[in-house]
Amino acid sequence: MKTDAGHVTAALSRPDFTLDVDIKVPSHGVTGIFGASGCGKTTLLRCIAGLERDARGSVGFNGQLWQDSENFVPPWQRPVGFVFQDARLFPHMTVARNLNYGRRRSAPSPELSSPEQIIDMLGIGHLLDRKPAQLSGGEQQRASIARALLRYPALVLMDEPLANLDAGRKQEIMPFLDRLHANLQVPMLYVSHSLDEMTRLCDHLVVMQSGRVLGQGRLHDMLMRTDLPTLGGGEASTVLDVRVLDYDPHYQLSRLQFAGGEVVVPGRHGDHCCPLRLRIMASDVSLCRERPQSSSILNILPAVVESRRAESGGHVLVQLRVGEAKLMARVTLKSAEALNLTQGQSLFAQIKGVAVKNSAEQVAIDNANAEA
Amino acid sequence: MPGLGPLWLSVKLGLISTAILILLGTPLAFWLSRTRSHAKTFIEAMVALPIVLPPTVLGFYLLILLGPNGLVGSYWVKLTESSLTFSFGGLVLASILYSMPFVIQPLQNAFESIGRGFVEAAETLGARPLDIFFTIILPLSTRGFLTAAIMGFAHTLGEFGVVLMVGGNIPGQTRVISIAIYDHVEALEYAQAHVLSGLLLAFSFTCMFALYFINGRLRHEN
Repeated sequence: MKTDAGHVTAALSRPDFTLDVDIKVPSHGVTGIFGASGCGKTTLLRCIAGLERDARGSVGFNGQLWQDSENFVPPWQRPVGFVFQDARLFPHMTVARNLNYGRRRSAPSPELSSPEQIIDMLGIGHLLDRKPAQLSGGEQQRASIARALLRYPALVLMDEPLANLDAGRKQEIMPFLDRLHANLQVPMLYVSHSLDEMTRLCDHLVVMQSGRVLGQGRLHDMLMRTDLPTLGGGEASTVLDVRVLDYDPHYQLSRLQFAGGEVVVPGRHGDHCCPLRLRIMASDVSLCRERPQSSSILNILPAVVESRRAESGGHVLVQLRVGEAKLMARVTLKSAEALNLTQGQSLFAQIKGVAVKNSAEQVAIDNANAEA
Repeated sequence: MPGLGPLWLSVKLGLISTAILILLGTPLAFWLSRTRSHAKTFIEAMVALPIVLPPTVLGFYLLILLGPNGLVGSYWVKLTESSLTFSFGGLVLASILYSMPFVIQPLQNAFESIGRGFVEAAETLGARPLDIFFTIILPLSTRGFLTAAIMGFAHTLGEFGVVLMVGGNIPGQTRVISIAIYDHVEALEYAQAHVLSGLLLAFSFTCMFALYFINGRLRHEN
């Protein structure tokens, strides 16, 4: 038995649960594993790390077999860095000794960041002499992420690292995860049941249900699918990667550039290294044949109809091309017929609301338009 | 003024038995804290027996087992040409059995309270089981070891019935403090009994006070 490069396979059966998963893992970038509680996301990560000893089945990564019916590579010989939901920092050691625990037991890898870079990236330099009990929940989790990275893993596994933190602490730790996402040189599997976290952090998405993979692919493509019931209640959305162009202090609007043109969003965004992501719900996009001359809506983009698909409830899901980018619109069947939507047709898309994923706050553009 | 020999003998017996108990009890307690074996309940009950058994019963069986014709004693005679009963070596063996639950149980509780979480974290950081035992389990069980050592020592110090059965009353060999006090009372030497009893009382209280004091400090630190 062998596994292909760039794959994680895991199969196990227990009396009450069966896991059968084959995931493509890009050589770097974050792969989100999304699904409802009990779908097997956490069990999958634990199998990969070798923490489910009584599990019968097989686990492989990048062509190396870690487990099958005859072999079991123990967890301490698997090059993974595991971040648990509860930070699990050793309470009798300082943060510095916690960080060194994995590092002293691992072969350093020249391609990976130095300890100083990792400590700096997670902003824990001033905490090194403290004991875990003296840290806040967010600080503990940052230290535990640094500890896992200092193991110099070939694969990073994160099991809902934000689930135990309250909303404020989540906001506090998110910028550090953005930096990690931008700087990480090895693949990472990120388990969560929060689509918001996924949209912000992940490049690829795996949707699981009852121990099986329902679908996997690029995040942008996955969010446009409506056949996956667990994804955002079946509501399609588009994710756009954007770059901040400038900020207008008078109107308090940021101008953002994406592959299909420019959009403006209220508020100041992106004063850091990382690209921003916008998530636009299909139901927030409306269509018109002519460019509206006077509208409160700021973002009106020329678009071409690529395809349309009838949805239940008298709606039509329209896939549009805006320059190089794709956009989804959800309109009523009646509007679709009135507009006589056909493939290749040129029209204008009006975007009513945008979620700016790098500050994780929902921004309704038309609110700002009323002020403008 | 009575001789303080019996006190020193008791302290020596306590220190040696406790040291051996900690060394042998740690792996056993760790095994009990982690195993899912059916033998666990059986072993736990065996370890707890000295708590409920009258010391005379334990002493009686030990006398038979350790005697020159006993299962263990006959080998000892062949090996060393001396008897295990009525000797310091026999007392150490008896004390180990008698004080076993007071060492094993605190250790087992300490190991059980650590749980899988830290062990799993250490495993994913590249640590092997023995490494994890010394770097994670032992340091996190300090309070358990302290309790085990003081309880084992203090309990051995107060032992009477078992010693009487297997040890007799040989000065410098098996005449420990509790036996000496009994002898003084029998001989109506109340003054000597007072001195030794007072010493044992003060010593025991100091032990217990130290235990609770240090335990409280350690709890506060964590």
